Amino acid sequence: MTTAEDAARAGLIKVGGRPPLKTYVSEVWRRRAFIFSMAKFKIESENQQNSLGMFWVILKPLLNALVYGAIFGFLIGTNGRPEHFVEFLIIGVFVFEFFAQSWTSGGKAITNNAALLQSLAFPRLALPLAAVTQRFLQFLPTVAIMLVFLLVSGNAPTFQWLLIVPIFTLYFLFNCGLALVTARLSVHWRDLNNFLPFLTRFFFYTTGIFFSIEKRFAEHPTLVKITDFQPIHEFLSLARAALLEGPDYGMNGIYWVYATAWSLGLFAFGIWFFWRAEERYGRVD
Amino acid sequence: MSTDPTIPTTTTTPATPDVPDVPGGGRKPVVIVDDVHVKYKVFATGKRPTAADRRSLNLKGRGKQMRTVHALKGVSFTAYENDSIGVIGTNGSGKSTLMRAIVGLTTTSDGAIYAASRPSLLGVGAALIRDLSGDRNIILGGLAMGFTMDEIEENYDDIVSFAGLEKFVDLPMRAYSSGMTARLKFAIASVKTHEILIVDEALAVGDRTFRQRSEARIREIRDNAGTVFLVSHSMKSIKDTCSRVIWLDQGTLIMDGDPDEVIAAYNAAQDK
Repeated sequence: MTTAEDAARAGLIKVGGRPPLKTYVSEVWRRRAFIFSMAKFKIESENQQNSLGMFWVILKPLLNALVYGAIFGFLIGTNGRPEHFVEFLIIGVFVFEFFAQSWTSGGKAITNNAALLQSLAFPRLALPLAAVTQRFLQFLPTVAIMLVFLLVSGNAPTFQWLLIVPIFTLYFLFNCGLALVTARLSVHWRDLNNFLPFLTRFFFYTTGIFFSIEKRFAEHPTLVKITDFQPIHEFLSLARAALLEGPDYGMNGIYWVYATAWSLGLFAFGIWFFWRAEERYGRVD
Repeated sequence: MSTDPTIPTTTTTPATPDVPDVPGGGRKPVVIVDDVHVKYKVFATGKRPTAADRRSLNLKGRGKQMRTVHALKGVSFTAYENDSIGVIGTNGSGKSTLMRAIVGLTTTSDGAIYAASRPSLLGVGAALIRDLSGDRNIILGGLAMGFTMDEIEENYDDIVSFAGLEKFVDLPMRAYSSGMTARLKFAIASVKTHEILIVDEALAVGDRTFRQRSEARIREIRDNAGTVFLVSHSMKSIKDTCSRVIWLDQGTLIMDGDPDEVIAAYNAAQDK
């Protein structure tokens, strides 16, 4: 009898293998309290050393909006501006910020937690999810500010506003998927994390945060067609359509289909892709 | 690498006639290490090859020479439940490599390791999550290991008082001394008494009180059908806690058996 058979008979598993995907996913699900607590504690500790403390959760997005409002509201030309420009901008900046934050910190979730990975045994998938959850929890007060701002600037609330719940849920799943893929890739190729700030900046300027792609590129229908498939653009357009009134903000039905496909597809792919290298994380050679 | 058919693989203890007659005495095997080899590729400068270096290996001419360090050369043994195994050997004998291989943090170039569960590995060094307080680390560590919030709350006071950190749980772990870090990590990881725990010199940085306390905990884990590996240079610690000792030298298993005998042989070899 070989050792492998002996081991199998005793119920031992080969080290360096990974559990079946189904077991793995249910193990992660069992760690949901870990994911949530990790996200919560990280937010607290990020703010602990500042004298303004948790107030920063609100202050940061406010300052962001102020800076972008000043720059794009006064300094830069009015080419391709839709109506309700300030609201358009605020929604764009806030919603994009979650994507940028969760991509950069989700991508580092494995490479930055070596000590934890090397000491304790747990499904590693929990770490990128915790990173995205942390950014999502920080995104929620931003959404509240956004809504208050819309009310103050004279946009009457409608039932359509409720659509941001499914939109941001899909958006969260999308970002989880992206973080999982990036977290694994940056284990194989650490340099990737250095590229992320540039990638997010690229998306920031091409997604239509401070200009309307449809207006700016009205003469290039192919270009507009391409951006139809760009997920961040889809989420932004859906959020703006849900929150703002007017001819510029019609709900584009097909975007629901695209955005759902992106979110569920990337989330499922991300779980599978990340799981495929489970034994690799934290390894020292 | 095929195993020698004349030696039953689960009892590969070539140098020791002194192992208990029936290997494991009918107990359940928990870790099987089967003819494991580990080779590190390093540059002669002592630097590990980076991804870019690896790609250009055949280009040569960079003034660096690749060297293969054969850290483990065919180690085999079986650990059973209720075993607490001391691992001894000089610096660089492959002890830590073997422990990391058992957890899966180092890939084996040959041979295989089988384990009942993925063990926790306590080494010297980094805090779990350094920016978070000890108290948060206890909660997250517990949740990561699969405890529920209630179970953690139940054990929380024990963990804190075991680690002796009552006054410091509120401080971020980055402010801890290495002894305090080791104490807290040990306290968290050893809550799960029925599992495999690997302690790689982590107790050496603790003070005497803590060492005694942790040795008592190791015995407790052993009695609860757990399995402990203890890498240490303190023969006293090993004698006090271990039921079995493995002696490694230059990546080879020299002896595996009763603590007193292996330690005596090891000391004799050292004094030579």
